[in-house]
Amino acid sequence: MLNLSLQSLSSHLEKKTFSSVELAQFYLERIKHHNPSLNAFITIDEERSLLMARNADELIAKGQKSPLTGIPIAQKDIFCSQGWTTTCGSKMLENFIAPYDAMVIEKFNEVGAVNIGKTNMDEFAMGSSNETSYFGPVKNPWNLDLVPGGSSGGSAAAIAARLAPAATGTDTGGSIRQPASLCGFTGLKPTYGLVSRYGMIAFASSLDQAGPMAISAEDCSLMMNVMTGHDQRDSTSIQRDKEDYGSKLNSSIKGLKIGIPKEFFREGLDPSVQAVIDSAIDEYKKLGAEIIEISLPNNHLAIPVYYVIAPAEASSNLSRYDGVRYGYRTKEYDDLMDMYFKTRQEGFGDEVKRRILIGTYVLSAGYYDAYYLKAQKIRRLISEDFTKAFKKCDVIMGPSAPSVAFKAGEKQDDPLAMYMQDIYTISTNLAGLPAMSIPAGFVSHLPVGLQLIGNYFSEAKLLNIAHSFQKNTDWHLQSAKGYE
Amino acid sequence: MDWDIVIGIETHVQLKTKSKQFSGASIAYGNEPNSQACLVSLAYPGVLPVLNHEAVNCAIKLGLAINAKIASRSIFARKNYFYPDLPKGYQISQMELPIVGPGHLSINANGKNKNVRILRAHLEEDAGKSSHGVSQGKTGIDLNRAGTPLLEIVTEPDMNSAEEAVAYAKKLHELVQWIGICDGNMQEGSFRCDINVSVKKKDTDVLGTRREIKNLNSFKFIKQAVDYEVNWQIETLEDGGKIDQATILFNPETGETKAMRSKEEANDYRYFPDPDLLPLLVSQEKIDEIKKSMPKLPDEIQESFQKELGLSEYDASEITANSDVTKYFLALVDLKVNPKLSANWILGNLYSRLNEEDIDINKSPIDTKRLAELINRIEDATISNNAAKKVFDFIWDKSSITVDQAIDELGLKQISDTVEIDLLIDEVLKNNQQMVEEYHSGKEKAFNALVGQIMKASKGKANPSQVNEILKQKIAK
Repeated sequence: MLNLSLQSLSSHLEKKTFSSVELAQFYLERIKHHNPSLNAFITIDEERSLLMARNADELIAKGQKSPLTGIPIAQKDIFCSQGWTTTCGSKMLENFIAPYDAMVIEKFNEVGAVNIGKTNMDEFAMGSSNETSYFGPVKNPWNLDLVPGGSSGGSAAAIAARLAPAATGTDTGGSIRQPASLCGFTGLKPTYGLVSRYGMIAFASSLDQAGPMAISAEDCSLMMNVMTGHDQRDSTSIQRDKEDYGSKLNSSIKGLKIGIPKEFFREGLDPSVQAVIDSAIDEYKKLGAEIIEISLPNNHLAIPVYYVIAPAEASSNLSRYDGVRYGYRTKEYDDLMDMYFKTRQEGFGDEVKRRILIGTYVLSAGYYDAYYLKAQKIRRLISEDFTKAFKKCDVIMGPSAPSVAFKAGEKQDDPLAMYMQDIYTISTNLAGLPAMSIPAGFVSHLPVGLQLIGNYFSEAKLLNIAHSFQKNTDWHLQSAKGYE
Repeated sequence: MDWDIVIGIETHVQLKTKSKQFSGASIAYGNEPNSQACLVSLAYPGVLPVLNHEAVNCAIKLGLAINAKIASRSIFARKNYFYPDLPKGYQISQMELPIVGPGHLSINANGKNKNVRILRAHLEEDAGKSSHGVSQGKTGIDLNRAGTPLLEIVTEPDMNSAEEAVAYAKKLHELVQWIGICDGNMQEGSFRCDINVSVKKKDTDVLGTRREIKNLNSFKFIKQAVDYEVNWQIETLEDGGKIDQATILFNPETGETKAMRSKEEANDYRYFPDPDLLPLLVSQEKIDEIKKSMPKLPDEIQESFQKELGLSEYDASEITANSDVTKYFLALVDLKVNPKLSANWILGNLYSRLNEEDIDINKSPIDTKRLAELINRIEDATISNNAAKKVFDFIWDKSSITVDQAIDELGLKQISDTVEIDLLIDEVLKNNQQMVEEYHSGKEKAFNALVGQIMKASKGKANPSQVNEILKQKIAK
């Protein structure tokens, strides 16, 4: 049951093996049981979820069913969902009830998917361990002493513990792929602009991208079919013909050219993780792929560039949380300035403040050219590295994260060590490219993710490459002890 | 000591669009506070700006009207600062690459023509309004205006007197209404000027430190504020003082300017390209299309009035200084009325009466049809010019009466019947033999005296040119 694909769940709903309400109840029970220890969800609203499930059952009864009708989906609490508290992991929005639906939520609602709850996350998606959430850290189902990764840590733990068959995430610098790697499931960050950012609370607008998190590539393809599409309410949303992301799943990958960037296999990468990645690549060789060594010479600049651009945008995006119109406002204050200071001092956590400070600094008069402008130039160089690489190969592979899940608290006081978690994921956000993380094996009973990076709009192909691997391995079907 | 005055103007023109710069909310003025504050205006989490292309078209029109370069690619930037009526904590504006590049506008002040260079014009959004003290110790925020599209038009420091500043403001004010991008309502804030003023000694090229007078929304205030500021700066410098760069406010009640708190000058706006908006691309096709849809510009029309209708430069420029006046004039021309006489009547009697009663020309009690009749009656010699003025005053507040009825009622019809005039002249000559002799003996003045007697005898109704002509023949005999 717990490892059933979305496709099978869907056909059971169609055959009425169980109803959508029963399916929702099943997962709600699991959430009730496991959430106290995992803290994967910030908001659970049984009544709303079951109402949605009942509506889904009606659609099914009327024969108006599409693949995700009646399927429970855990929604990252970064997506505004009408009537639901939408916190973005922050005290600032602790009591904020969204008056409208994000495009992503709208799309799932349209097909009759069931919102099974809002998942925990790093505050404003800033973090790689889900320890910056105002609502407490999320635990990794594979070992409760370890972090699940971040920022989509709640969605990650929910899937790893099978508290939902699928979830949404957002990825600004690796926030889908790194937790997918640390929690052992499949996650996809699409090409920038493919999924509308409307109603998705902004962290760094030029990097933020929503995507699916699920057990398998096949499941992700069904989610992609729902989540993507042009939205005129987001000016950066791309106008493109609708694509069926499942259409190429079973295409042959014989002759596939896999680029291996040497920069991904240098110091910093845990050797045991590298061993897992190497054997996954061997598996691809067996499937008929060809390995080509490539170079991404500017990859080492990705983290510094990211930590200029993302905080710059964030410092401006988060200015709206001023206590004036909605959200948290300090209790007592002398005047306007005092209200601003106290509200933001009390409403934001340390990591958010750190990034607002960095961002404000790099945009300041006298520093703008040296930091922000320079970073934008390097960002172009990083993109060009990929353009050159994709002349030689069809897909780039490497680790999703430098290590397996680490201990909670271990890197909390060392932001730089924490930022290194995203060393392999950030450059694709800077370039706007699609990338996935798929389960590739284990190190000391902890999952390791293989990263696949594709050219722009190659999601269907990436899913095909991932699916080919998953047809021949069962890493993605393994679940943590106690959650089988 | 002699001083030069140096003035540059930044004008915020509120664009006449249906909705806001980056959302679909209405921009109507004067509605219930916050009734037009949509989620984008309120800067709710997750909302995004979507550019209103109607506003872009307005900017292109302005660019074409000032002979400026329209940027094929311009960039929206965020101007970051905290204020309660700025919901996002930043204003979306254009910084490095504005949509309209350098252009120019010619003005006429104190009878002198001058070309004012326009540095740039860029699109941005307005902030909301803070109302202090709506209830005790509290400030009310109305976000109806937040996000209203503005075009900020920035000149080079090319003006050198308050008169030139006012002439520029008036010319621009007229132009933006003429091309239909602004309603021109200055009281409601649709057209407001920030004026940068500095003074420098005549014998130097080094500019003085400027102070910026914010938010002037009447031509009168511009004149008063600049005059006051210039005097203040000169006095300060002549007293050995120093001018600090400052943002200042004009108080219409006292007629004085005063610096705002210096704290607000130290803003670092941390401009950077808005990642929520793509670069704005404008094609040449689009520019051409808009160009075709635009009305002829005042300067072009002025030229054609001079060349084709024979108006003087002064009359043509006065007539084209306001689009409603131009329309009124053109309606008369369409009715085949003599253009010169039309201009004279509009700029003379009609203007002074409209000003007296503070009425817009498009609401004139004497419409173009009635004024046409009146002027035609002068042309066909039914009445004299003086009589026409009486008719004009008579029909001003009587909309039901026609010009001909008024002429009858006032008994002002001119005598143009030669027989009748003949008889009148004979009568006057008979009674004034002495004057005729004086004329014959070389006293030219006697002729005029005779004409006066004849007009008097006709009670002013005799056609003066006919009288002149017939009298000349008669006494020459």
